[in-house]
Amino acid sequence: MRSCSVPKRSCLWAEMFPRLLSDVIYPSQCHLPKTCWRRSSTAPVSNVRPLPSQAHVVICGGGIVGSSVAYHLSKLGWTDVVLLEQGRLAAGTTRLCGGIVSTVKHISIETMMADYSNKLYQQLEQETGVQTGYIQTGSISLAHTQDRLISLRRLVSRLQVMGIPCDIISPKQVAQLHPLVNIHDLVGAMHVPGDAVISPPDVVQAFVTAAVHNGVQIYEGASVNHVMVEKGHVTGIETDRGHIDCEYFVNCAGQWAYELGLMSEEPVSVPLHPCEHFYLVTRPLEQGLRPDVPVIMDLDGRIYVRNWQGGVLSGGFEKNPKPIFTEGRNQLEFQSMLEDWDHYEPLLSALLRRMPSLESTEILQLVNCPESFTADMRCIMGESAAARNYFVLAGMNSSGTSFAGGAGKYLAEWMVHGYPSANVWPLDIKRFGVLQSSRTFLRHRVMEVMPLIYELKVPRWDFQTGRQLRTSPLYDRLDAQGARWMEKHGFERVKHFVPPGRDLLELDQSKTFYKPDWFDIVGAEVTCCKEAVCVIDMSSFTKFELSSSGGQALEILQHLCSNDLDVPVGHIVHTGMLNDRGGYQNDCSVVRLNKRSFFIISPTDQQVHCWSWLKQHMPNDSQLQLEDVTWKYTALNLIGPRAMDVLSELSYVPMTPDHFPSLFCKEMSVGYANGIRVMSMTHTGEPGFMLYIPIEYALHVYNEIMNVGQKYGIRNAGYYALRSLRIEKFFAFWGQDLDTFSTPLECGREFRVKFDKGTDFIGRDALLQQRQEGVCRRFTMFILDDHDTDLDLWPWWGEPIYRNGHYVGMTTSSAYSYTLARHVCLGFVHQYEEGTGAKLVVNPDFVNRGDYEIEIAGQRFRAKAKLYPFSSLFTQKRRKDEMELSSFQGK
Amino acid sequence: MLGVSGITDRIRHAGNSRGIYLSASALSNHFGIWTPKDLCSGNSGKAVPGSGFQRRPSKLQHGRSYKAQPQPYQLTLPQINSILKTNEYSFKVPEFDGRNISSVLGFDSNQLASNVPIEDRRSAASCLQSRGMLLGVFDGHAGCACAQAISERLLYYIAVSLLPRKTLIEIEDAVENERPVLPILHWHKHPNDYVSRETGRLYFTSLRTYWQECIDLADEEKLDTSAALKHAFNRLDSDISLEAQIEASNPYTNYTALRVALSGSTACVAHIDGTDMHVANAGDSRAVLGVQNPDGSWSALTLSTSHNAQNPEEVHRVRSEHPASEEKTVVRHDRLLGLLMPFRAFGDVKFKWSLELQKQVLESRPELLTGDEFFRSYPANHHTPPYLTAEPEVTYHRLRPQDKFLVLATDGLWDIMHRQNVVQIVGEHLTRLHIQQPISAAGYKVTVGQMHSLLLERKARMSSAFKDQNTATHLIRHALGSNEFGNIEHSRLSKMLSLPEGMARTYRDDLTVVVVQLNSHLIGAYNRAEDSID
Repeated sequence: MRSCSVPKRSCLWAEMFPRLLSDVIYPSQCHLPKTCWRRSSTAPVSNVRPLPSQAHVVICGGGIVGSSVAYHLSKLGWTDVVLLEQGRLAAGTTRLCGGIVSTVKHISIETMMADYSNKLYQQLEQETGVQTGYIQTGSISLAHTQDRLISLRRLVSRLQVMGIPCDIISPKQVAQLHPLVNIHDLVGAMHVPGDAVISPPDVVQAFVTAAVHNGVQIYEGASVNHVMVEKGHVTGIETDRGHIDCEYFVNCAGQWAYELGLMSEEPVSVPLHPCEHFYLVTRPLEQGLRPDVPVIMDLDGRIYVRNWQGGVLSGGFEKNPKPIFTEGRNQLEFQSMLEDWDHYEPLLSALLRRMPSLESTEILQLVNCPESFTADMRCIMGESAAARNYFVLAGMNSSGTSFAGGAGKYLAEWMVHGYPSANVWPLDIKRFGVLQSSRTFLRHRVMEVMPLIYELKVPRWDFQTGRQLRTSPLYDRLDAQGARWMEKHGFERVKHFVPPGRDLLELDQSKTFYKPDWFDIVGAEVTCCKEAVCVIDMSSFTKFELSSSGGQALEILQHLCSNDLDVPVGHIVHTGMLNDRGGYQNDCSVVRLNKRSFFIISPTDQQVHCWSWLKQHMPNDSQLQLEDVTWKYTALNLIGPRAMDVLSELSYVPMTPDHFPSLFCKEMSVGYANGIRVMSMTHTGEPGFMLYIPIEYALHVYNEIMNVGQKYGIRNAGYYALRSLRIEKFFAFWGQDLDTFSTPLECGREFRVKFDKGTDFIGRDALLQQRQEGVCRRFTMFILDDHDTDLDLWPWWGEPIYRNGHYVGMTTSSAYSYTLARHVCLGFVHQYEEGTGAKLVVNPDFVNRGDYEIEIAGQRFRAKAKLYPFSSLFTQKRRKDEMELSSFQGK
Repeated sequence: MLGVSGITDRIRHAGNSRGIYLSASALSNHFGIWTPKDLCSGNSGKAVPGSGFQRRPSKLQHGRSYKAQPQPYQLTLPQINSILKTNEYSFKVPEFDGRNISSVLGFDSNQLASNVPIEDRRSAASCLQSRGMLLGVFDGHAGCACAQAISERLLYYIAVSLLPRKTLIEIEDAVENERPVLPILHWHKHPNDYVSRETGRLYFTSLRTYWQECIDLADEEKLDTSAALKHAFNRLDSDISLEAQIEASNPYTNYTALRVALSGSTACVAHIDGTDMHVANAGDSRAVLGVQNPDGSWSALTLSTSHNAQNPEEVHRVRSEHPASEEKTVVRHDRLLGLLMPFRAFGDVKFKWSLELQKQVLESRPELLTGDEFFRSYPANHHTPPYLTAEPEVTYHRLRPQDKFLVLATDGLWDIMHRQNVVQIVGEHLTRLHIQQPISAAGYKVTVGQMHSLLLERKARMSSAFKDQNTATHLIRHALGSNEFGNIEHSRLSKMLSLPEGMARTYRDDLTVVVVQLNSHLIGAYNRAEDSID
């Protein structure tokens, strides 16, 4: 993370040109956000020079994000870079934003980016000689309620293990740190001393100065009209001032990124939408405010407050945001956006409640600064699936200043090395497809996202807007039976079924860090899976069909997959698709339908990611056909010991393990419907079958199963039951437990890697090397010992794991196991060398010989570590069980 | 406010009194003296002697009995809103090229029934062949037939009266040759406003006869507006009277014509054209102009006189039209012949025809009136008809920039609200909607605290303004629900609106309100132009 330390050259340069820079620097004490950027003639940029006719990289967008990418690319040695800005540098959101750099983020990768940004900004002035307005003020996040305090405690325990000093402090300490805060209604607060404020336009200036010095060319007043794509690769761009041939294009156009994405030969979907964002700037207080007074984040009041030249700057995230530019009204810069005082009133009330003494302070201005928000509150980064070398970095969700440094670094690494140095899947643009690009959807969704920024993040919350987009044909039927829904990649999936007559709490009241109200309901569904049979609609899975006229399909899959796919027809193979570092690019099940075609089942959110991975590696061969058949099949998962009875009754075919071995697929008729792909796997380790049903038969097959199943005690179940089952069986889940950095060897899946299958597959060398050297982390299962399910806080994910009192990793997922009557957490165990923090090899012995604790919101619970599932504890055992258990598969 | 027991108490009294005193009053408020004001304010000054009405019990007893009663069912706010908003109607004069070229910006109107069915009517239309807009409220009695007919026909008569002869000839020519006729009026109707179809033929024939006479008789000069209004009122009333006497081919038409003539209706119509406003009134509805004083406060300017016993001049007029022997009987108990509250009205042929004519018409067609006691009884002391006229009093007012709006309303409103109060409420409501424009702090020295209280105040105003976009609805809400502090009291409003069908009439009359918003910018411009010419 700190690899981007200051190269010698830059330091030298800064020393050499102090005189030249002196007219670039202007006092940051005497300007307002609006008047920050007055002069551009002395800047090392030009808007009269003709554009070059070619460049290696073209970056579009001269805000803090674009300039950070340029800066980091030039640091990594890519200097043939052109940055185009349609107006002037730092004229958009960057000019107007509040300039708070805070590591208080809810996803680890975001915290890492913010932490890096903070450290970068801190030394940027020294490196470039440009004053950046950096002041390490620290930040205080206030809690009005116990629930908020719990969420802050969770943050503290996560941030601390990431090396970011922070602590929970009492209201009294808050008053000591900040002279204005009214503490009477506070229950506590979180203090992060390292957080800082900057002047974003000055940081842009610093980035640009350094980048220009390294050879980057910057042009103002040049807008990109079109991005040329040939054969799936970026080849050049068309601007209003001419054409530029380029190999790479980076879309950092902020809130115009959506529109810029569409201005391409192959439209690139960048699902973000701007909202108006208001903050108030006051004149200096009578008694003045120290420049290093901490930033206050009054989360429950929905506001933030920072010092602004002796006065305060306070904005917030109101409950009723105002989306803007839905029709895509483009403009060069934000001209004078209208101030809307009536809209700002709730935030002003919150401000005066928090700092009553501000009452007599004079108002300077209410600034309207549109910010872009994304469909899931996380920024958008990475290479588009539509065109190779088309990179995007946008949608900062009003944390642009916090993320710009780190995000720019990761994107530059991605472009230069082919992959970033951290797992950025949560931010990867490929988590979205075109289905998230509807303007109406985005408009509605960002209205939910913006208030959520400061809202309490409780476990298992779902977005309420933009729902019911993709549904199974059984949706209405299940809904009528009490289904409660969650959404994944636009697809509605059942969480659980509320029995008739049972009223669950309203959404707002069911937000809890403790035992949720559906505990018994899911328990009953799990029991039914264990003892009788349950049906779960799992239609959301991504399904591809790969077929060829000859052996090409097998050939390409053998190259992509670590497992051996040259298996008899009808066999199912669980396999990873690895990258050249041996990490999981995808974790899927492949069915050999016949000699020349395969059916690939991947996690739901792999629809774009996996497709693009396959396409990237497929030869341009018209004989080889890849088809996305996700929408063609409804998938029903029949879980439980009686599943075979139900199926055999419906098909007049014996379904016992002897006739239908595990991990086997057969096309057969179920009820009246023919051509159902029945597969003996359940993704849970329980006995049962997956049924892939052409959608027009879905309702029929479902009805038949429910009718016949009645005498076997069949019932509907949801994903919460599935989750509990798969976690207690130690099944890892791509996207949650596994990512592009985890290898099969680290999670005990060596048996799914066939080094000697006769074909060289991607990642083989890396895995061989890792096998040689040993793994630095191991996927481990923890059973919480002294955790009281009723009274203690529940684990979720992201809880630190301590071994003999030392931090060794974080949990990646957890669930209550109804079988064990304990909580089960999954996570990776590392061994950090004391002092240096270097990662050492972790062998099973290291894992087994340790006393473990899991820290939930500051409280540690003893845990037993296991490298293998508790197969002995499960009573319902079948002969073939072990086979599936050991070759587990989860999505 | 009113306790439940209080209400039932008074309802019993009211019922008694009506039974004793006015046998023929079953159908109309104008025959029954009970007005909501009498009942709600506890003011028994107007109570009929011998009605058995007693002052309501003292507050103490009242409170106790209130507590003893179970809490009555209360309407929720959405329920109240849905009742109040059922009949609301708003019309905005379309802007042309960003400018409004009419001196009327638009109008809001609303009705609240207490009779079932409601006996009030309202009409509004823009004149297409001449200029100006016509708006009227019509308070029917003894049924709604007359008010209904007037609401459909009067504006046509007025429009025809206002048309130059040339246009009338064109229209007649078109009708004669069965060519498309130029439309005369553009109606602004609420979807619930009923239009009778069966009598359309008859109405049209009468109207055509009227304009034919205008063509034959009138000079090339068209009538001035004042005379035209009077002419139209009188002509329509005489047409109603005549239609009831002749036997039409269609029995239903016949029946309707008679119903129209036997029932009655007052009318108050405003004609607004540029800076000229004429108000023609016959009866006890009223037109009140809202005038904004230079200091921003509001005052009311009444543009009509009520024709009832409260108006001494009107009493004098009625008495003077009849021999001295009738002086005692013409106006008794503040009523015409002891029966009718308004002293001018359309229809009501019993007060207009001679007894012979009444007998002749009614007895020739008894089948039309079977079972209806009221229609067969004749007024007592009926010696020298006509006692009643539809001749309106026309008031002219030249609009000034400070004239912001005109309220036309039936007596249902004026009985329970003082005109000053009405103007106050409408004026504040309209300006609030205007003032709620974005504010800017730029260029002002404002502290955070000042801005905060300003915003809170605006928010409070917004929330009350949001309740009623329609000013007429807002006014009715206040009329029914205001407590002594001028605030809307939910429980009071709920009680007033949840009165059972038969009971409502004893607490409040049918309410019809039209609020016309005037374009003071344009009026100011007109005035300046005219002044400079002078």
